[in-house]
Amino acid sequence: MADKIATRDSYGNALVACAEDFPNLVVLDADLAGATKTGTFKKAYPERHIDCGIAECNMTGIAAGLATCGKIPFISSFAMFAAGRNFEQVRNSIGYPNLNVKIGATHAGITVGEDGATHQCNEDIALMRTIPGMTVIVPSDDVEARAAVRAALEMEGPVYLRFGRAAVPVFNTNDDYKFEIGKGVLLREGTDVTIVATGICVDSALQAAEMLAADGVSAEVINIHTIKPLDEEMVIASAKKTGKVVTVEEHSIIGGLGSAVCDALCAKNPVPVKKLGMQDIFGESGSASALLEKYKLDGKGVYADIKEFLGK
Amino acid sequence: MDNLTLQKTANEVRKGVVTSVHAAKAGHPGGSLSAADMFTYLYFEEMNIDPKNPKKEDRDRFVLSKGHTAPGLYSTLANRGYFPVEDLVTLRKLGSYLQGHPCYQHVPGVDMSSGSLGQGISAAVGMALAAKLDNKSFRTYTLLGDGEIQEGQVWEAAMFAGARELDNLVVIVDNNGLQIDGKIEDVCSPYPIDKKFEAFNFNVINIDGHDFDQIRAAFDNAKACKGKPTAIIMKTTKGKGVSFMENNAGWHGKAPNDEEYATAMADLAAIDEKLKEGN
Repeated sequence: MADKIATRDSYGNALVACAEDFPNLVVLDADLAGATKTGTFKKAYPERHIDCGIAECNMTGIAAGLATCGKIPFISSFAMFAAGRNFEQVRNSIGYPNLNVKIGATHAGITVGEDGATHQCNEDIALMRTIPGMTVIVPSDDVEARAAVRAALEMEGPVYLRFGRAAVPVFNTNDDYKFEIGKGVLLREGTDVTIVATGICVDSALQAAEMLAADGVSAEVINIHTIKPLDEEMVIASAKKTGKVVTVEEHSIIGGLGSAVCDALCAKNPVPVKKLGMQDIFGESGSASALLEKYKLDGKGVYADIKEFLGK
Repeated sequence: MDNLTLQKTANEVRKGVVTSVHAAKAGHPGGSLSAADMFTYLYFEEMNIDPKNPKKEDRDRFVLSKGHTAPGLYSTLANRGYFPVEDLVTLRKLGSYLQGHPCYQHVPGVDMSSGSLGQGISAAVGMALAAKLDNKSFRTYTLLGDGEIQEGQVWEAAMFAGARELDNLVVIVDNNGLQIDGKIEDVCSPYPIDKKFEAFNFNVINIDGHDFDQIRAAFDNAKACKGKPTAIIMKTTKGKGVSFMENNAGWHGKAPNDEEYATAMADLAAIDEKLKEGN
């Protein structure tokens, strides 16, 4: 756990690593190649990188047109624009025709930090998972992010990938780590409560589980990197065992991981669920770590909220 | 194909528009009829396509950015042999592949889903870019409404196409002068359309969109132009060919009733007669 790497860096590196294996891969950006890290790809493969200028909606349509001609476009921008500004373009020009376009959205969630609420997208998972046929992936660290990019290229159809700005710990370092779209990763077994987390909050969940253990609470931790399709089987099996579920995400509690988990549990195995995330509020300026602390999405915050939920 | 044959074919396309919209009891006849001559020229004369092999890799591409005029495109595709003309009456009906707006996955010959205005042109730009990236010779055509160009995305796409010098792209604007709420200059004037595209580094050609000599000359000009995309701004009559629909914004998105249908078909039959005499 020594290294910290931002998943946007993993994204840029993975694109380069995949370039030779996927000759039809082209990367589109909207004047943010430096920030989204597609600049890494641009440097290595300038003829396969297309900067569309500050025009995300057009970039999305261009990608759709490229995909109909056999290219595999990765479009890139901040989540606020890639999913937010672009929602209808993604829905109608990529989702409806079911085109093989991948969306690499960086700077998601509050850990955008100092730029503040206008750029902190806490709604993208909700938006993207409502589009029929869209796969939604939120990697938790460098290892997972790089694996996710490759997996997205290997599958046919639209994929939304969510990356972060801030450097985060690398913990998926077990030799048996295997990334499979739609499959959760059981990181810690427990019996008293299930913590289902995604993205950078997986690390917070692991920290919280450690603190809970010191209090004699046995928490199971599941990393859900694929929000859609959700690994319902793993979530339900764990809920049956523990009887209580907490979801943790750097996203609004409306429409994201928490909602996806509730949808599954409501239908098949209702148990009490506590959704941790942005509680229907906008973010604000501050450092990533200060924001995670304030909005109780760091290890300590998650621990405190789970204690309250468990009434202990 | 000579002009007379093109005119006759366009009249068949118009009949298909009126018939399908009447059968559907909904749809957009006005802008389908204004563009019928252009649709006809594109699919019967201009484009390298094969109705028996709609996905042929090196085919020219067409994106109907003004997707609500699907009846015009469908009638053209049917008359060109992509699917049976008899299917046109299933337009907009439950279970039909002829969706209210063009559907990429289910309609043979449709190169892109469209209907949300402003988006089709971007997809067309993407196709033109794909040809450039792979050194392929196919060309891409897209048809926009004059109301549609009020959408900002159109100008994002135009800026990109101009900057990238996509000379394998032809953007056609159907300047029939009317949108749902009335005259385009009263709603939110996009004029001057030609100067705007010129400013975005386009080769711009103004034509009468019902004159096949002018249409032919415009496409020949477009092919000869290097280093710039071409914009063809065509003046047309909304509802062209059907007396009571002509220049009437009320027929933007309304179906004729049985009586109106009979009148419309009689108008088109009269055009057939006139064309016969001219033969």
